[in-house]
Amino acid sequence: MDFQLTDDQRALRRGVRELLARRFGRDALRAAVDREGTVDRKLWRELGAAGFFSLRLPEAEGGAGLGLPEAVLVFEEAGRALLNGPLVATHLAACGGLPGATDGTRMITCVTQLSSLVPHFADADAAVVIHGGSMRVRYPKELPSARAVRSMDPLTPLHRIQGGAPKAPPRPDAVLLTAAEQLGSAARTTEAAVQYAKEREQFGQPIGGFQAVKHLCAQMLVRTEVARAAVYAAAVTEDFTEIAGAKLLADEAAVQGARDCLQVYGGMGFTWEADVHLHLKRAWLRAQMWLTAAEAEEIQAEALASAL
Amino acid sequence: MDLTYTAEEEGFRARLREWLAVSLPKLPVKPGPLDWPGRRAYDTTWQRMLYDAGYGEVHWDAPPTQRLIFLEETELAGAPYVGANFVGLLHAGPTIAAEGAAEQRARWLPPVLRGDEVWCQGFSEPEAGSDLASLRTRAVRDGDSYVVTGSKIWTSHAEVADWCELLVRTDPQASRHRGITWLAMPMDAPGVTVRPLRTLAGAAEFAEMFLDEVRVPVENRVGRENDGWRVTMVTLSFERGTAFVGEVVACRRTLGELAAAARANGTWDDPVLRRSLGRLNAEFRALWRLTQWNVSESQRTGGVPGIGGSVFKLRYSHARQELYDTAAEVLGPDAFDLDREWTADRLSSLSYTIAAGTSQIQRNIVAERILGLPKGRRWTSS
Ligand SMILES: Cc1cc2nc3c(=O)[nH]c(=O)nc-3n(C[C@H](O)[C@H](O)[C@H](O)COP(=O)(O)OP(=O)(O)OC[C@H]3O[C@@H](n4cnc5c(N)ncnc54)[C@H](O)[C@@H]3O)c2cc1C
Repeated sequence: MDFQLTDDQRALRRGVRELLARRFGRDALRAAVDREGTVDRKLWRELGAAGFFSLRLPEAEGGAGLGLPEAVLVFEEAGRALLNGPLVATHLAACGGLPGATDGTRMITCVTQLSSLVPHFADADAAVVIHGGSMRVRYPKELPSARAVRSMDPLTPLHRIQGGAPKAPPRPDAVLLTAAEQLGSAARTTEAAVQYAKEREQFGQPIGGFQAVKHLCAQMLVRTEVARAAVYAAAVTEDFTEIAGAKLLADEAAVQGARDCLQVYGGMGFTWEADVHLHLKRAWLRAQMWLTAAEAEEIQAEALASAL
Repeated sequence: MDLTYTAEEEGFRARLREWLAVSLPKLPVKPGPLDWPGRRAYDTTWQRMLYDAGYGEVHWDAPPTQRLIFLEETELAGAPYVGANFVGLLHAGPTIAAEGAAEQRARWLPPVLRGDEVWCQGFSEPEAGSDLASLRTRAVRDGDSYVVTGSKIWTSHAEVADWCELLVRTDPQASRHRGITWLAMPMDAPGVTVRPLRTLAGAAEFAEMFLDEVRVPVENRVGRENDGWRVTMVTLSFERGTAFVGEVVACRRTLGELAAAARANGTWDDPVLRRSLGRLNAEFRALWRLTQWNVSESQRTGGVPGIGGSVFKLRYSHARQELYDTAAEVLGPDAFDLDREWTADRLSSLSYTIAAGTSQIQRNIVAERILGLPKGRRWTSS
């Protein structure tokens, strides 16, 4: 047993982090906010060229032949950087070999991940409909009519489709990669809170010297590290119960982490200018995507019952 | 990231399982929770069996992954945990192994491994709990002895111990951390008085210890005079390493039993309760993965338990309390019946956020040592 990142996995993580720092730094992030979350297609193609979507395809099919653990590391970085766009859906489409999805020339959303709400409906080229193991591609004219929703998350434009989409059993990899994004967000808000707590001074000392603040930060780290162990292990075992548990814990780490970060930032945390709200809104949204806490808990309970 | 065990590790597991299957039936009947001499005898008998089979040193010498497998398998098989041997095997022994002179190692380690001698830990004092470095029990050098006077508190297993790893102040003038010395005190020395304290669970699990001019030979000092704080830190990192592996395994089994009980008495149909059980399942599974993560890390760094132990302990101690709170919901009014399983466990679990560093102290450690936040004015975690 060696449950630690390999050198290759570390290098992959470093590479993705550098790519995103270069191509999706603070300015690009805020530009995306100003565009109400629509995707920079040039960046999308660059992500495609870097193997973001095709990394799990066999090399013979133009992919990198990597596994779920590597995909998790990549999506964790996306979550850290608040990278916008239907990343998971396009990745799934690429895994299904959909031309254009693999190299990022097309952007694919999914109509069965957030009940009747569809992220990036207007700017996506197609949508996948997922039903357990099966996945069908639908082009805009084949989809029911949709109405734009004023999205709470500035990085995720949303549409509501008429009649709603049937709730389908989620695909395990979609659930896990979303959990990985949550993990990245949780790690990022922990870092941001700690950094702010070291710099911001009140009463003549850094606020991080106050235990009330210190302990918030410590709990943020605890939630993040527990979620990390769960997400990474689920990537290795690919066990659906474990994946559901990982999503549950990563959702909690991301949502609560963003809230605690907001608290540490004080008034600054309540501003549009600080990035904290972007993490929180995104984390709230992802927590409802693919698998909710209630569903994950029922899956866990079911696993307990069936082990009897 | 690899969660599969090597052939060598699986071989170790298979041999251990086989041995457990033939050996556990030979254990005497488990004594009652209040029978301390009986419990000591039971725990040391078990340690002797392990020693004879070559597993005596597993906590000290085995690679971390083997230790993990050992703790997992013994718990799964329903074998006893270290019990009365806790301090000898997990605190005092490792300290002597790391810091003791050759004669000291030869004198004290084999009896611990054979289950012949039991140790207790005399660190905490009435005025020195979390702030351990403020301890005041005095030791004054007199010829080839130290004369020790003061009092200790919360000393687990004091009534049945042969030896006490004792922290004393040898230089009251020096700064707090500098004037402390580590001594091995024989519990039968004249001047040692042990007064049992009853815990909220009703049992006399720990005690107060009054020390009145107790003479401890200088040769019983491990490490240099006034260097006891550093010597002690070696011990504490052991405590936070793999100490909870067996318990996580046990919690996962308890959770299964709780689900069975809930199905049997109909509380399973309450979605709030059912979902709490589900959440705990995710929680303990993740804690198991975190254990594997930490063990793999210490395997890579050469066996040193990492700071990750504080992260683990924080989450685990609270999860365990939630587990028994949920058990109480499953039990309903039976949760007030002390003869019901889980009722006493629920009470014991209340100590988890206090013993071995309170949750607040663990958060200080995580915040200051991992996250690098400023140290508190008076509190120093080093
Ligand atoms: C079951 C059990 C077994 C034990 N066995 C042993 C043993 O064998 N040998 C031994 O030596 N000791 C033993 N202990 C003692 C244990 O280590 C102490 O209880 C523990 O360190 C806390 O000290 P205290 O009880 O004096 O509480 P205090 O230190 O007085 O703490 C009281 C409260 O104040 C908080 N607090 C204190 N300092 C700070 C701070 N800097 N920042 C924030 N909050 C703070 C604490 O978190 C706690 O909530 C045992 C305790 C228990 C419960």
